[in-house]
Amino acid sequence: MSQVFVLVPGAADAAPELLAAALALFPGSTPTALVAGHGPALDAAAQAAAATFKEVWAFGGAALAHPNAELLRPLLAKALPAGASVVLAHDTLGMDLGPGLSVKLGAAYLPDVVGVEAAGGASLTVLRQEFGGQAHARVACDASGGVVATARSGAFRPGEGQGPGTVLDRSGDAAGLQARRRFVELVQAEAGDVDITKEDVLVSVGRGIGDKENLPLAEELAEAMGAVISCSRPIVDAKWLDKARQVGTSGQTVKPKVYLALGISGSFQHLGGIKGGPFLVAVNKNPKAPIFQVADVGVVADLLELLPELTEAVKKAK
Amino acid sequence: MEILVCVKRVPDPAENEITVEGGDIGRDDLVYAVNEWDNYAVEEALQIVEREGGSVTVVTVGGAEADETLRREMAMGAEKGLLLSDPAFEGADGLGVARVLAAAVRKGAYDLVLTGAMADDGAAQVGGMLAALLDWPFASLVNRIEGTGPLRIGREIEGGAQEVSDIDLPCVLSIQTGINEPRYVGIRGIRKVASAEIPVLDAAALGADPGAPKVRRLAYFVPEAGPGAELLEGGTRDVAARLAGILKAKGGIK
Repeated sequence: MSQVFVLVPGAADAAPELLAAALALFPGSTPTALVAGHGPALDAAAQAAAATFKEVWAFGGAALAHPNAELLRPLLAKALPAGASVVLAHDTLGMDLGPGLSVKLGAAYLPDVVGVEAAGGASLTVLRQEFGGQAHARVACDASGGVVATARSGAFRPGEGQGPGTVLDRSGDAAGLQARRRFVELVQAEAGDVDITKEDVLVSVGRGIGDKENLPLAEELAEAMGAVISCSRPIVDAKWLDKARQVGTSGQTVKPKVYLALGISGSFQHLGGIKGGPFLVAVNKNPKAPIFQVADVGVVADLLELLPELTEAVKKAK
Repeated sequence: MEILVCVKRVPDPAENEITVEGGDIGRDDLVYAVNEWDNYAVEEALQIVEREGGSVTVVTVGGAEADETLRREMAMGAEKGLLLSDPAFEGADGLGVARVLAAAVRKGAYDLVLTGAMADDGAAQVGGMLAALLDWPFASLVNRIEGTGPLRIGREIEGGAQEVSDIDLPCVLSIQTGINEPRYVGIRGIRKVASAEIPVLDAAALGADPGAPKVRRLAYFVPEAGPGAELLEGGTRDVAARLAGILKAKGGIK
């Protein structure tokens, strides 16, 4: 079997889950963790990874202080043995690094894997989702020349670790590294006039609201409930609401007690921003919307019809 | 700046409920559109050319039906279209599509190639593979582009933060939604490009071979559904009253 590697991002909380994904994809393997960085931050990341993995390869150097994919891709292409397989998180680094890395390694690419159906042979069959989670797919690949796979966060349950492990300094491989994409700065998201991360009750609006003109229907409901308006990504893309109100992996992570999803289909990026197991109510006109799989209570309805009635009913129920 | 934008024809998420029948998605009544991310990529290319000069070419890999996809993007303002079409391209995996696109890039003299950050299959792979095949630098999930080269770009990362970098040209960038507001395409715009000539290049003309696919989708399937939501059914007023009662009981009404 090809040697299996797992890229462990700076924040090592994900290490046990990534090991679980690697063991599901490559049963019986002893994956090696890869960490990159500079100075004390690298040492800390390597030690954290060694708690979970039997072996850690640490790539250090000033050039890796901000280890973007344009640095990591040539580095890994040089440092990894022929036929290697690499497991990454399906996060913004994994999406940046994975596709090109698979080309450079001559490996098959399996992005955003949510499950494994058959592993251990020359062919590997995994489960994916398409159409924003509306359809599931079995996908097979030729694993004989190695595989680069990205694992969806939350899809693999962490099991027993293989640590404590040893850290190997592989910084020699990082010598002379030059990227044609150079880090400038990190700009944090602007704070808005509300902090949805602190709210107990959120009325969250998605694409199903249809038009900016319909937003007041949701705002009136939120006002009647004493709740705050949040939203999914398309509403921010359309500039109907501020980025500060966006729930999801590319927006805010919220922990409300009650979450009312209005016209939100329930992509994993959106659901990834809802923590703490709130009571989740979904209203959507599409009965197949993935949100109904995770909601406690659902209504298949047209928002424009339901919202005015619901606002009236909430006022009466007070 | 000469810019190539790679676009894809996909089932329109706003117009379709995706169903699964016999291992495939139900295709009988599917309404197709340009992949949403690609419209942002085309708009960004148009804005760069309006600022810096140059021209925008839109390209896709597909059959004759992809012609309308290109014309819609040309109606936005892209000067040229390019259809890469050959029976040998059917069934190509992400890498195969990237290889065909790479052949088209090599035939031109582009400074910048844009793709949407992802499409209907959520793989988000073709842009990064294309860059690797061309050995050009790459950035994904780009939500800001400034300058003339090196470009100053922003990538959308976790939590809504932005990673700002400088990237050398030529490069490949995959574009995230929200970077701009794609312009409206009216019926007049479509008419204006109805007779524009769109060259069709096959495998021989491109010198492209997608190669045997390493990755194959075996089947679509319906996962065993969990218990799912308790669905409230009935008249609108009745459902609203019951839902209000549930919200109140769960502390959702203050």
